[in-house]
Formats: sequence, C-alpha cells, structure tokens
Amino acid sequence: MKKFIFGCVALISAAIASPAHANLNVFACEPEWGALAAEIGGDHVSIYNATVGGQDPHLVQARPSLIARARSADIRVCTGADLEVAWINLIVQQSRNTRLQAGQPGAFDATSVVRLLERPASVDRSQGDIHVVGNPHVQSDPRNMIPISRAMAQRFAQLDPANAQTYTTRQADFERRWNEALPRWAQRAAPLRGAAILVQHRSWPYLLNWLGMTEVAALEPQVGVPPSSGHLARVLQHLQTSPARFVIRSAYEDARPSEFIAQRANIQAVMLPYTVGGTPQATNLFTLYDDTINRLLAGLAL
Amino acid sequence: MHFSRYAAAALVGTATIATPAQAQNADDVAALRRDMDQLRQDYQQRISELDSRLAQAEADAVAARAAALASAQESDMASVNQSQATPATMAATSNANIFNPGISVVLNGFLTAADRDTGEERIAGVATGGEIENPPPGLSLGESEVAFSANIDPYFYGFMVAALDSAGEIGVEEAYISTTQLPAGLTFTAGRFFSGIGYSNETHAHNWAFSDAALPYRAFLGSQLGDDGVQLAWLAPTDQYLVFGVEAFRGESYPAAGAANDGVGSYAAFVRTGGDIDVSNSYLASISYLRARAIDRDSDGDLFTGDADLLIGSLTYKWAPNGNRLIRNITATGEVFFGTEEGAFNGIPVDQDRFGWYAQGVYQFMPRWRAGLRYAALESDDPGILLAGSALDDMGADPFTATALMEFDPSEFSRLRLQYSRDESDIDPNTILTLQYTVIYGVHGAHRY
Repeated sequence: MKKFIFGCVALISAAIASPAHANLNVFACEPEWGALAAEIGGDHVSIYNATVGGQDPHLVQARPSLIARARSADIRVCTGADLEVAWINLIVQQSRNTRLQAGQPGAFDATSVVRLLERPASVDRSQGDIHVVGNPHVQSDPRNMIPISRAMAQRFAQLDPANAQTYTTRQADFERRWNEALPRWAQRAAPLRGAAILVQHRSWPYLLNWLGMTEVAALEPQVGVPPSSGHLARVLQHLQTSPARFVIRSAYEDARPSEFIAQRANIQAVMLPYTVGGTPQATNLFTLYDDTINRLLAGLAL
Repeated sequence: MHFSRYAAAALVGTATIATPAQAQNADDVAALRRDMDQLRQDYQQRISELDSRLAQAEADAVAARAAALASAQESDMASVNQSQATPATMAATSNANIFNPGISVVLNGFLTAADRDTGEERIAGVATGGEIENPPPGLSLGESEVAFSANIDPYFYGFMVAALDSAGEIGVEEAYISTTQLPAGLTFTAGRFFSGIGYSNETHAHNWAFSDAALPYRAFLGSQLGDDGVQLAWLAPTDQYLVFGVEAFRGESYPAAGAANDGVGSYAAFVRTGGDIDVSNSYLASISYLRARAIDRDSDGDLFTGDADLLIGSLTYKWAPNGNRLIRNITATGEVFFGTEEGAFNGIPVDQDRFGWYAQGVYQFMPRWRAGLRYAALESDDPGILLAGSALDDMGADPFTATALMEFDPSEFSRLRLQYSRDESDIDPNTILTLQYTVIYGVHGAHRY
C-alpha cells in the first residue's frame, strides 16, 4: 500500500513538473480545428486533438484521456451547433475546468461565426437525429475558414495577450495563402459545377453550396438513421427519373449503403476525407480540400 | 419640415403678388392682412405639430433600437448553453421558459418468460436487500424515470430523477447538487446520488449493458448503491486520467441500514485511472472501498446488525477500429468483489467472507446491432454451524448466472433487447427470457465511458 501511494505521488509530481509547455493549451474537438489552431498559433499553442480523421464526431464517448486533457486546456475549439452535444458538455463538466464552460472565452465554436444552412423550421425527433440550430458540418466549405480563422485568432489573442501580435500576423498570413488556394480549388472543381449527386448522410450542404452541386437524394431516410433496403430501393427508383453522377460519404461512415447504390446505379461511390486525417492524402487543411476535389473529380470519371 | 416652411412662404408670397393693385383700399388691405396672418398662423401651427410628431417618432425609434439590443443581449446570455450559433435570431424566442431545466424521460417495458416465476428472486448464501428482482412473468412496465437537470447559478449544477414504479409510486432516485466552480479540479456533491464505487454503480439502469445488474452488484449492493450523502472528488492535473473520491452516506441503503452513527452510516472511497492505449483501444480501471454499518437490516424477516465491508476492483476496456464507434465497437468489463459481513445475524454472531466476480463483453457488429455475453459468480464462506440452514448458508450451491443478449437500437434514443439468462444464483435454478424496450426522450443524453 505504501508503495502504491508513493507511486501515485511520484506519478503526480512527474506530471506536474513536466517541461514548460506552450502558452496556450488547445483542446480541439475535431482535427480540422486542431489544424487551424496550428496555423494560427504556431509554436505558441500546444494542441490536443480529441478525435482523429475517420471518427464519427457525433459518437465520441467521454473517454478518460479526453477528460484528463480537457482539465489542463485553456481553450476548446469545437464545431458547435450541437455536433458534439453528446459528449463535450460531459467532458467539460467532468474535467472541472471552468475555463471551458459555455460562455467563457475558452469555449470557441466555429459555427458561431458562420451562417448555418438547413436551419429547420420545426424540430421533432421523428425527423431523426437532426441538428436544431442548423447543419453543423461547416468545414466542408473552405470559404468558412476565413471568418473562423479570424475569430479564432481574436480569441487566442484575448486569452494570451502577450502573443496577440503573433496570432494576428499568422492569421493574416494564413488568410493570404487561403485566398490564393480558393480560386485554384474553384478552378479545378469547375467540372463539378451543376453535378447532381447522392449523399449518404446529410453532412455536405456547405460543400454542395461551394462547388455548385445539387443533392438528388440522401441514402439515410432520416438524419442519423442507417439506410434500410426499402429506402435504398426507393432511392434507386428515384434515380430513374433524376440520375446522379456519384454518391458521396465521409471516411467514418459505413461503406455498404454507398457501394450498394453505386453498383446498382452504375455510378461511383466516393469516400471523402471529411476532415484532416480522414484519408492518407488529407494531411493538413490545404491537402484536405485538394484531396476532396481530387476524389470528387474521380467520381465524375465513370 | 424645411420643405413645408418653404411651401408656406411661397404660398404667402404668391398670395401677396396676386393681390390686385386696384384694390388699394385700406379696408381691403387690412382684411387681407388678417387673412394672411390667419393663414400664417394655421401653417405655423401645422408645422410645429409636424415637428413635434417627427421628434416623437425619432425618439420612439431610438428607444425601440435600445430595447431590441438589450433583449438580444439578454437572450444571448440565455442561449449560451444551447449554442452561440445564431444569437441574433434568438431575441424573438426570449421568454419565461428559456431557463427551464433540461428534461428527459425514460420509459421501458418487459415481456418475460421463465421456467419458474420471476419477481421473487433470492441469492443463495446472501441476506439480500435493495432491488434484485427480475420483472414478473408476462408483460410488465419497468420503472419510468423523469430527469431534470440545469445549471442553477454560476456555482451549482442540479440534477433530479424521479422514478415511477409500475404501481405508480414515485421515488426520488437521485436529487443532488454539484459545484461547478471549485478550483484545483475539485467537485463537491451533496444530496441523494449513486455512489461512485465500481464501474457501473453510477450508471442509471437504462444505460446498463444488460437489462439487469450483474450478480455481484445484486448480492453486495442490492443492484446499485444510492443514498443520501456527500461526495468530494478530485481530478489530478495529469495527462493520465486520475480521480480520487471520498463519500459519506446516511446509511439507509443496502448493505447499510438504520442510519447508524447518528445518520452517517456508510463511507466509501475510490480511485479511478484510465487512458488511451492507442487510437483504437482505451481503458478505465478503478479500486473502490465501502464500509457500511447496518442496524436491524431486514432481509425477508432476517435481521442483521453489524458492519459490511466491500472492496471492488474494476477494469473496462473499449475497442473501436481507429476509434470510430459508428460501425463496430467492443466494450468489455470485469469486476471482482471482496466482501465481509461481521456482526449479529438474528442475534447469532457472524463473520462471513464473500467473493464475487463477473466478466462481460458487448460487441456492436454492425450499426445498431449488438450482441453480448456475461458470466457472473459468487462464493460465500460457511457462516458457521449456528447459522447452518439460514439465508447465509448457500447449502453448497455455487451461485452463478450466464447471460446472452441481442440488441437492436432503431436510433440513439430507442432500444430493443432480447436477453437470455441461465440463473443459478438461487438453490432452484431458473431460465429467463426477456424482451425489453427502452426509450429516452427530451434532452440529448451524454455518451458516458
């Protein structure tokens, strides 16, 4: 028992005495916000990504590691708009970290500075697991990164005034590089304009809006409800009159519904990275959209 | 306004010019002047009327803008808990209900078939307490729960669950407040709550992996230990998750009874630690200790007075490919229980050790579908010659239960579960088949680990 207590004390002291860390501890709910925080914070931030690419951000559990990491965070950068409704509040509560509580400067939601699409006029769970304040998947339109990066830089500067200048400068540099990339992406994606496509889960309105594609139908009968064979049959029938070029899903979703439809409708099933790390090619924010467009263009090929 | 003045002046001017030169009659001139004065007065009056109306309108507009701004700010603050996404549009919804607590309702029902009638379960070698019975044969309604939760103010969070049993009796299952602002990773909780010992004791029954508690929980804790008390918990500032907790309870709930020690009859302590092994694997381990004092604890007419000690070791392991729980995942839990009861059983001195354990695994093999297995066993020492044949004597039985389940979740808010149990926890074994539905509606539930 004595040894056990000694071990605990040693463990705690070691952790407390860990080497001097960066100025801001950032707890990123999803990797795209971790990547953006890195663009803006550089060496002044230390980032912990709560999820990795290829994980469904709706279904995260309040794992012990997340609670422990949230305790020492100065700021959490999340999507908001109820995307993390099932886990972030529990993590903040269990982390006992008052800095991250809603309304504090340490609670940053990317969706707070973006106009949300698909804000439902009425909500009822019979419509599935819908998002009450609008569709939260804003990261699929890179144009949203500009207002979000500005707001994030402001928030970093507010929490760490000593490095405010750095955050402002780095944000301006990011915005310059981003503004160079945007027309390049738009140009490469030009063949996609007007394409009618299928989506597996309704997480892509911002992407469709950005690239001028239209959604013929969703494979999920209701949001978050896995496609039944009956519904897929109806989708196939619908395709007879309104054909689609390809069907898209995110890296974390079950491949089978997409593959099922693709095979029968003789179109491509396109898996998109959804976030940084969702595919091996999507290594950072820039390559995330490079890879997204590459995969969409490949979808046209058939 | 200026336009009106010019218009009046122009009118007067025109009238003057239009005066015929021949009518240079003094009377006429005087009359004309009176008319002109009258006209000028009329216009002056109208203009000042218009002026004042305009000023009023401007003041109203300023006031309205200020009011709108104030109410927008108010509802901003009110809606920060919900979302900061669309603050401007929230102004319209500001009303008295906006501070209502989050409400969720849990309903569940059973269809039970068994070799022997269920609902009167006992465990061989244990003087049981709490709620250990299975649902009665046939169709039945399980406990219905209504939960209310909200931040009370900047300092406290409040939570209450009222449970209605199938006969319509209301019980307060949990009702506690927790601090939200204590420094240094501390949380203080007071009220009625489930103890933090073990892995699943804190978890509400509707979130259990199986439809009943594992055999050791039923034997040692009456399925689940909840009592009136206080808890202090501390989360260490380490990257490795490490929580220490101490609790004191009134001592009314099994294995305690009679609110001993002037109403502080039970103490508990626990240490939890956990983390990620890699992106696909994570674990949570804990050691818990409970000391409960019982005064005249009644188990089907048998009375126990004395101390019950319990040590629990728990390990939970979770797997999901690349951490993505959507399609496939596994949760495996094992716990060991070492218990001692020392005191007087129906007036006869007793000092009896007991050991229980269980291991269970639940595998989600495709979205919405899960299968699970559980094995649980219990061993009680011989209570002594004087208590031979009493409830504490397991008559040589080795109580165990073996359970299998198949579960289908139509959505995150509803569940259908088919559970098969071979129950040899009593002298007379039983085979039980249960079909259960559970739904939860209201605020979105949290994904506990």
